[in-house]
Amino acid sequence: MQPVTRVEGRAYPWGAKNIDTDVIIPAHWLKTITRSGLGRGAFETVRKQPGNIFDDPRYVGAPILIAGDNFGCGSSREHAAWALADMGIRAVIAPSFSDIFSGNAFKNGIVPVVLPQAAIDRLLVAAQDGEVTVDLETMTATTAYQDRFPFHLDAFRRQCLMEGLDEVGLTLARDTAISKFEGAMARHRPWIEGRSRYAGVAVEGGRRT
Amino acid sequence: MKGRLALASAQLSVNAAGIMATRAQTLYEKIWDAHVVERRDDGTCLVYIDRHLVHEVTSPQAFEGLRASGRPVRRPELTLAVPDHNLPTTPRVDAAGQLLPIADPESAQQLDALRRNTAEFGIDYIDATAAEQGIVHVVGPELGFTLPGTTLVCGDSHTSAHGALGALAFGIGTSEVEHVLATQTLLLSPSKTMEVRVDGTLGFGVSAKDVILAIIGKIGAAGGTGHVIEYTGEVIRALSVEGRLTIANMSIEGGARAGLIAPDETTFAYLKGRPMAPQGEDWERAVAWWRTLATDPGATYDQVVTLHASDIAPALTWGTSPEDVVPITGAVPAPDSFADPAKREAAQKSLDYMGLAPGTRMQDVAIQHVFIGSCTNSRIEDLRAAAAVADGRRVADGVRAMVVPGSGLVKRQAEAEGLDRVFTAAGFEWREPGCSMCLAMNPDKVPPGERCASTSNRNFVGRQGPGARTHLVSPAMAAAAAVTGRLSDVRDLMGGGTR
Ligand code: SF4
Repeated sequence: MQPVTRVEGRAYPWGAKNIDTDVIIPAHWLKTITRSGLGRGAFETVRKQPGNIFDDPRYVGAPILIAGDNFGCGSSREHAAWALADMGIRAVIAPSFSDIFSGNAFKNGIVPVVLPQAAIDRLLVAAQDGEVTVDLETMTATTAYQDRFPFHLDAFRRQCLMEGLDEVGLTLARDTAISKFEGAMARHRPWIEGRSRYAGVAVEGGRRT
Repeated sequence: MKGRLALASAQLSVNAAGIMATRAQTLYEKIWDAHVVERRDDGTCLVYIDRHLVHEVTSPQAFEGLRASGRPVRRPELTLAVPDHNLPTTPRVDAAGQLLPIADPESAQQLDALRRNTAEFGIDYIDATAAEQGIVHVVGPELGFTLPGTTLVCGDSHTSAHGALGALAFGIGTSEVEHVLATQTLLLSPSKTMEVRVDGTLGFGVSAKDVILAIIGKIGAAGGTGHVIEYTGEVIRALSVEGRLTIANMSIEGGARAGLIAPDETTFAYLKGRPMAPQGEDWERAVAWWRTLATDPGATYDQVVTLHASDIAPALTWGTSPEDVVPITGAVPAPDSFADPAKREAAQKSLDYMGLAPGTRMQDVAIQHVFIGSCTNSRIEDLRAAAAVADGRRVADGVRAMVVPGSGLVKRQAEAEGLDRVFTAAGFEWREPGCSMCLAMNPDKVPPGERCASTSNRNFVGRQGPGARTHLVSPAMAAAAAVTGRLSDVRDLMGGGTR
């Protein structure tokens, strides 16, 4: 993963609330078996409307999206984060995010910045004709007009973003602890690993017509 | 006195990692503590995952990631894969037993990828043609793969359903699917807890679906954000496991990460003898531990919400958020009836999309489609409830109604009970198991501008197809809509019907 320390540039001043993952990337785009190319389907239904914000020449290609409450609600599809990343978005600023979406965003190098509604309201105005900067070093969002909004990021996730760390690799390094846990589990809850494997014989006849 | 007794019993509880709990704990805290591999200074934990379900849509990139980094699956026996989202619900083999091709090349490619990936990595795979195939969240509990006190994940938000059996179950993204496959763990921060207690006894014609719609209507679509909900109270205790699955399934529609219901005798009776459930001595040991999981008296939740059964009527949604709930006796609300300006604007947008005018009685709204299915409502009890309404009646002219059993086992059971004949005689389509019309990923879709009474869980814009209008209802209410051709109060058709 590419390290992210600072996201700087134009921002889509959208502000829409409860943007669900079906809006970010409609279900018919989920039939891919790779991670790339989903930017074309991002916000497809919004982009069908004339004068929509994503096709506004002032913002096209902006690395930041400013949204309303509960951004990324709905399904767990990571395609939402892949689609945003593919259209060049590196940070989303909103008053709140769905839990699953914000986890997916982090893992794909997108910074989910939580700011209070008052700050969002100000950013929506400032972003109309100026750049916005999200700085992970200082944990602030700033505008060309001297606005400065501090935000909080989970320390571990911040480190992963800033150093571009691979989470699977980090966990694999904890192998001894995991094996030790599995040993205790085998004693205390033996039924967890001793489950019957699927053999296709659970029902007489096995196959259906 | 009561408090001291409570504390004493809490002190006796020993979790499955052999750790003694010293204070009154909730069900969530007990399961969490039993699965912590390592705790970091910032409070995040490396949590062990006991059960992992995989389907074709959210897994290809995870397997691709493993392959790219040359990593194996750590514990293949803890994962089970089954295709569901993309599968057409038309017959899968012809009369001669030959496999029928899947018309959409992209769907076929994803389904192929699941078959190849599970074979390559040694994961149990239930094929599209197997009797056990079905929607991943119907299959898990039904086979006894889902167990109380386990941590269970799947790359799908409705994984919350499995919490009905007392499993801490939640949806994950594809990178996390890869993380679980490679390490059998996830790095997680503890959630806050919310108790949703439903007291009393449900009234005539009121089902589990109406209860969860009422809950979401009350807490809102973001009400549970950051929380794991535990459903408690007489109503929940009285529900079957099927009904509990309907409730826990839609926890995510209330914004919660997961929903839990404490395992009890109902749960144990449901699981006993299921093919993948523990057996013999393991079963006895497991039940003994499961009995200790219920929230201790005196344990506290971060939030408590209570509802009374007498306030819950057969319900449905009018808008494009699952929180847009009204009783069937109600009317479409006027956007200015909402105090919050954002909600007012959202309501106006919803009504424009739904093609509804404020003040219209819900029962006057005509529908063209009925979908009985999805991981919310496609189990045997759901089909029985719908069939009881459909029996001896006819699907109204101009309505297309389909019944899609949640799994092949549900389908067989229904056929053994003759429910398929009740449905087909009434003019419903009887189809093969899968996600079907719950989401517009397979050939079952609602055409633009048309209206569907659906037993699924999401009424989002475009969820059942571009421009499709969805009203979420219970199976009995869906059947009532099918036979009347409009949204209807199922109570008018029960008992005093035309049979
Ligand atoms: S039935 Fe619907 S909600 Fe359930 S897993 Fe399938 S698509 Fe998701």
